Amino acid sequence: MKLTEEQVRYVADLANLSLTPDEITHFSEELSEILTHVDKLGELDTSNVQPMAQVLFDVEDTATMRQDIPGETLPVEVALANAPLSGAGHFKVPLVIEK
Amino acid sequence: MNVATLTIQEIREGLIAKKFSAEELCQQALAFAEAENPKTNAYLHFSPERALHAAKSVDAKLAAGEELGALAGVPVAVKDVIVTKNLKTTCASKMLENFIPPYDATAVERLEAQGGIIIGKANCDEFAMGSSNENSAFGPVRNPVALDRVPGGSSGGSAAVVAQGTATVSLGSDTGGSIRQPASFCGVVGITPTYGRVSRYGLVAFASSLDHIGPFARNVEDAATLLEVMAGRDERDATSAFAPVTGYKEAMAQGAKGMKIGLPKEYFEGLASETGDIIHKAVDELKKLGCEIVDISLPHTDYAIGTYYIICTAEASSNLARYDGARYTYRSPNSESLEAMYRNSRGEGFGAECKRRIMLGTYVLSAGYYDAYYKKAQQVRNLITQDFLKAYEQVDAIVAPVSPFPAFKLGEKTDDPLEMYLSDIYTITGSLAGIPCMSVPAGNTSAGLPVGLQILTKHFDEAGMLRLARAFEQARS
Repeated sequence: MKLTEEQVRYVADLANLSLTPDEITHFSEELSEILTHVDKLGELDTSNVQPMAQVLFDVEDTATMRQDIPGETLPVEVALANAPLSGAGHFKVPLVIEK
Repeated sequence: MNVATLTIQEIREGLIAKKFSAEELCQQALAFAEAENPKTNAYLHFSPERALHAAKSVDAKLAAGEELGALAGVPVAVKDVIVTKNLKTTCASKMLENFIPPYDATAVERLEAQGGIIIGKANCDEFAMGSSNENSAFGPVRNPVALDRVPGGSSGGSAAVVAQGTATVSLGSDTGGSIRQPASFCGVVGITPTYGRVSRYGLVAFASSLDHIGPFARNVEDAATLLEVMAGRDERDATSAFAPVTGYKEAMAQGAKGMKIGLPKEYFEGLASETGDIIHKAVDELKKLGCEIVDISLPHTDYAIGTYYIICTAEASSNLARYDGARYTYRSPNSESLEAMYRNSRGEGFGAECKRRIMLGTYVLSAGYYDAYYKKAQQVRNLITQDFLKAYEQVDAIVAPVSPFPAFKLGEKTDDPLEMYLSDIYTITGSLAGIPCMSVPAGNTSAGLPVGLQILTKHFDEAGMLRLARAFEQARS
């Protein structure tokens, strides 16, 4: 499986990731190599195999349900303490909608 | 007292006999760790205030005649992907360079409740992605056994501090081998428990269906003690298991006689090296202990790397989406628009390996590829797990190498990401199946580099795994 530089740029857009031209060249080569290895999975017929989304669990699915009672949460100022920019109890981001 | 070699039991006895106080021990441990750290860069930062406060409360308990916790006075290092309240947790990433968590991970809470003393946070690969600890934004860790070599990864710092003696035990995290491989490279014990055995509440997420927290120690008993303290159901992690945590001590006193041990042929083909010799010698040792050795097959082993690198990158691309420049400390100075803030903060904040995995994960999840990659990998994961379940109908435990080679030199493998991924082959299968696995020291190469023996048992059979590991350790000493 070959990943072109154009595809790399498209995927970087999906991931909201700015890449340098150098990184785009590198990733095109490296990801192609990795995907070629991954193509090996195509050798296996898995048409009758259930996908495993979760490791075997030791109890009933419902065992982790709890009463719907609100617990303690972090105070707003604590939740905002690691934000690069905050104010008036909110995260601050660049202007999204023009006045 | 020699702080570099003390065991948990020796610390306990020393405290009770008043040979030293917890505060004295803590001060010595901190001074020793800070003095030794420039050699290895294994600690990212220290926590003297928190440590001394905890040590004083152990001394107060002792003075009041109260029962001591299982880890009373024990110096512990915590991998910097596990959150510690009011103590910087960076994930070895520029993205979280100044992140100060508002809460403690459950594992941290439990070990401190038993008197454990957190003296600092251990270096690792950025967001736990890597096999050599060369992906840290704050510089690589050096292997204390051979300073020109890597300690393994991603929990390289956690393994190095225990090998170096700058902590008695430590916490690491394992997604595809990140505890066992560094334990093997540094010559210490490292345990990846059953998926769900230890709560991941407060472990910064990398690949949620694969992430584990587990202990490092210089001997099996200490590792088991730390595991026992951390393990067990936690309401705050819905994936944490209910199974009771019992029988570790009894199992370790039992000896290995009569255990049926499987040797998977796929793991021994092509292992013609010094590592292979050491593992074969270890198998002979198990025979002498009265184990029955059985040849087994895990036929889907060859597909594990591809399966793993689809699942882990897909989950990573999703988990790392939260680092958007708005909430977690780092925002690019070039953030004129919302989109520029996202793209540039992520482009500047993440290192090369994180970006590589976000890219691969985003690609395999993108429209049109989901079934061909992610779903396919989940199906093959099921086949790999079935291999193990079938094997455990015949045997009590499986033994295998941890890594195809011992610790390599810094910079030796950084140019070829695929080669680095392929070296995870022996640890990835157990991670995908979610079974307990560990590395226990098995010997050294002629150059003096440690090699670990991997022991794998069935889901929630930590006791069986520890039983074999302890018997093997005793036979070697």
